[in-house]
Amino acid sequence: MPAQLLTGWGRTGATRAEVASPGSAAEVADLLGTAGRRGVLARGLGRSYGDAAQNAGGTVVDTSGLTEPLELDADGNLRAGAGVSLDTVMRTFVPRGWFVPVTPGTRQVTVGGAVAADVHGKNHHLDGSIGRHVTRIRLVTPTGTHELRPEDDLFWATVGGMGLTGVITEVDLRMIAVESSAIVVDTDRTPDLDTTMALMTEGDDRYRYSVAWIDCLSSGRSLGRSVLTRGDHAPAAALPDARRADPLRFAPRTVLAAPPWAPSALLNAMSIRAFNEAWYRRAPRRERGAVHGLAGFFHPLDGVSGWNRLYGHRGFLQYQLVLPFGQEDVLRRTVERLAGGGCPSFFGVLKRFGGADAGHLSFPTPGWTLALDMPVGPSALGPLLDSLDADLAEAGGRVYLAKDSRLRSERVRAMYPRLEEWQEVRGRADPDGVMCSDLARRLGHLGAGATGGIA
Amino acid sequence: MKDALGRPQSVAVFGGTSEIGRAVVERLVGGGTARVVLAGRDGAALENVATDLRHRHGARVDVVPFEAEDRATHARTVEAVFAGGDLDVVLVAFGVLGDQTRDERDPGAAAGVVETNFTAAVSVGVAVAEQLRRQGHGALVALSSVAGERARRSNFVYGASKAGLDAFYQGLAAALAPEGVHVMVVRPGFVKTRMTAGMKPAPLATTPEAVADVVVDGLGRGAHTVWAPPALRAVMVVLRHLPGPLFRKLPV
Repeated sequence: MPAQLLTGWGRTGATRAEVASPGSAAEVADLLGTAGRRGVLARGLGRSYGDAAQNAGGTVVDTSGLTEPLELDADGNLRAGAGVSLDTVMRTFVPRGWFVPVTPGTRQVTVGGAVAADVHGKNHHLDGSIGRHVTRIRLVTPTGTHELRPEDDLFWATVGGMGLTGVITEVDLRMIAVESSAIVVDTDRTPDLDTTMALMTEGDDRYRYSVAWIDCLSSGRSLGRSVLTRGDHAPAAALPDARRADPLRFAPRTVLAAPPWAPSALLNAMSIRAFNEAWYRRAPRRERGAVHGLAGFFHPLDGVSGWNRLYGHRGFLQYQLVLPFGQEDVLRRTVERLAGGGCPSFFGVLKRFGGADAGHLSFPTPGWTLALDMPVGPSALGPLLDSLDADLAEAGGRVYLAKDSRLRSERVRAMYPRLEEWQEVRGRADPDGVMCSDLARRLGHLGAGATGGIA
Repeated sequence: MKDALGRPQSVAVFGGTSEIGRAVVERLVGGGTARVVLAGRDGAALENVATDLRHRHGARVDVVPFEAEDRATHARTVEAVFAGGDLDVVLVAFGVLGDQTRDERDPGAAAGVVETNFTAAVSVGVAVAEQLRRQGHGALVALSSVAGERARRSNFVYGASKAGLDAFYQGLAAALAPEGVHVMVVRPGFVKTRMTAGMKPAPLATTPEAVADVVVDGLGRGAHTVWAPPALRAVMVVLRHLPGPLFRKLPV
């Protein structure tokens, strides 16, 4: 097995692992059976920002060979190999009138990874995270192969379980029917955070999809100014004439590629501020019923391949948090401190979450979620985020493990109150702690004394 | 594991009672590092440092006996240091200054300085590298010295031993980079410690705390060589290239 240095999408904290590329569930089972003491972990397309898909000194199962099957029945039930990307699912099935029930901000994630992180999208307030739409998971654990359904507790330990219950090899998912590959979008540009939140609170329920792109560098009176875009799948009849002939056409392209030599200084406080300003100014103040393509609406950054390299060799991190409704003051204070903290952040994303999801370690909980990309570098960044974590935990919020790369282990228990339940279920599927990741080591997930792998 | 900002959760020090080693540990523990392993010779002094770290910072501290001069024990000692789990940062901080007047006339004494500062540092470095390779991550920090940059009349035995250490760890850095392991060489100037007590401080003299700041900053940046104080880098560029006859006239 070739050894590789692996990082997450944020390109921080590289660690070395042996990478295996099995082509079947049986080969995965063999790998788990012969694991060394540093354990095994599945890795999809490496879009987790932090160390969730790394396993220092151990084995990493590259799931890109697990692309069988890929089937859709007449009722929209998808069966996909864990290594199939959402990009492939959409390219294959959007032209036939089916869309994924939940998509994160990139199509470049695998089905297995999406389930392991229990990803959410712009429709969480209505549709929940992806786990809610999964009907079956095939999971290979060190104790055997399991067909899991929502009535099994191992199912909910696996949905959002960050790959630590076993290797997902297949997923069944309920797709949603669409008439077109377009979205009808309403846009509102807001002058400040209060206006943004008021608009979202008042109107989000009228839209399937809602997201506010928030300028986290403007302060004072324009603190939290945003561009709020909300929309629904466009009925074929709503399309302009030119597109009506082929309403389900879906062929997104990469329009730009980031150069591999991007200097660290490219995305700095000044350029990020300039970008935020330009992007805010460029949005329409108020627009109704614009027709956008799926890719542009859901995955704007997929048009720039390798955009993570723009942050240079020190990389970046994403800070995504959720705060329960009723804690708007804490959210406001958080945005204030981020705007004034001397740590630049590329524009943030603000969304409202609906009901909590059933995964033991699922991130979404009813409330506001804010996500920001920040370059690693300013020495104030660590202490600032640590102190925001403290407020967050106090207010009943949490950070998203699929994005995390720096949370302190002592905070996990407060943020994820079902951790013990998860550990108990996981312990039955993997009694010897074969499944392991750098995230798990860093957060002491496996319990005291097991931070070095399998004891 | 180190986090995205390079902050370690665990640290081990070979030479656990060295003042620079201790200052680095203080800095890391103050910044959230929760687990410390101290390897060193003086059991009582080591225990005092450990007790202090436990009380003031609530850190989990283990103590492992370590004799730099007893090379046969190194592999076993390093295993014991790693027995409690992964180590994110390992500091090689032991060394002796020697007595230049004696060392340049007494073969045994001179070899002793080299044995401790160079041979033992190589032996420990190889054993630690093997452990870090196995865990697939971590940083190894070696305390070199500006004295190793160019041999000086006043301390060339010590300087030669540090020059050897410096070269070895630079090579190790290249060897371990593809393994996910970061190696950093620290070149302090005159540091006010027990080792230099009674000596006249050289220009740009610094303190263990200031060296620790440089080390922690370098770890965060992933630097391969750092100088303490950083201004020494520029000074040494000049001194290194000074013609010999001129260099020997300098009061250094």
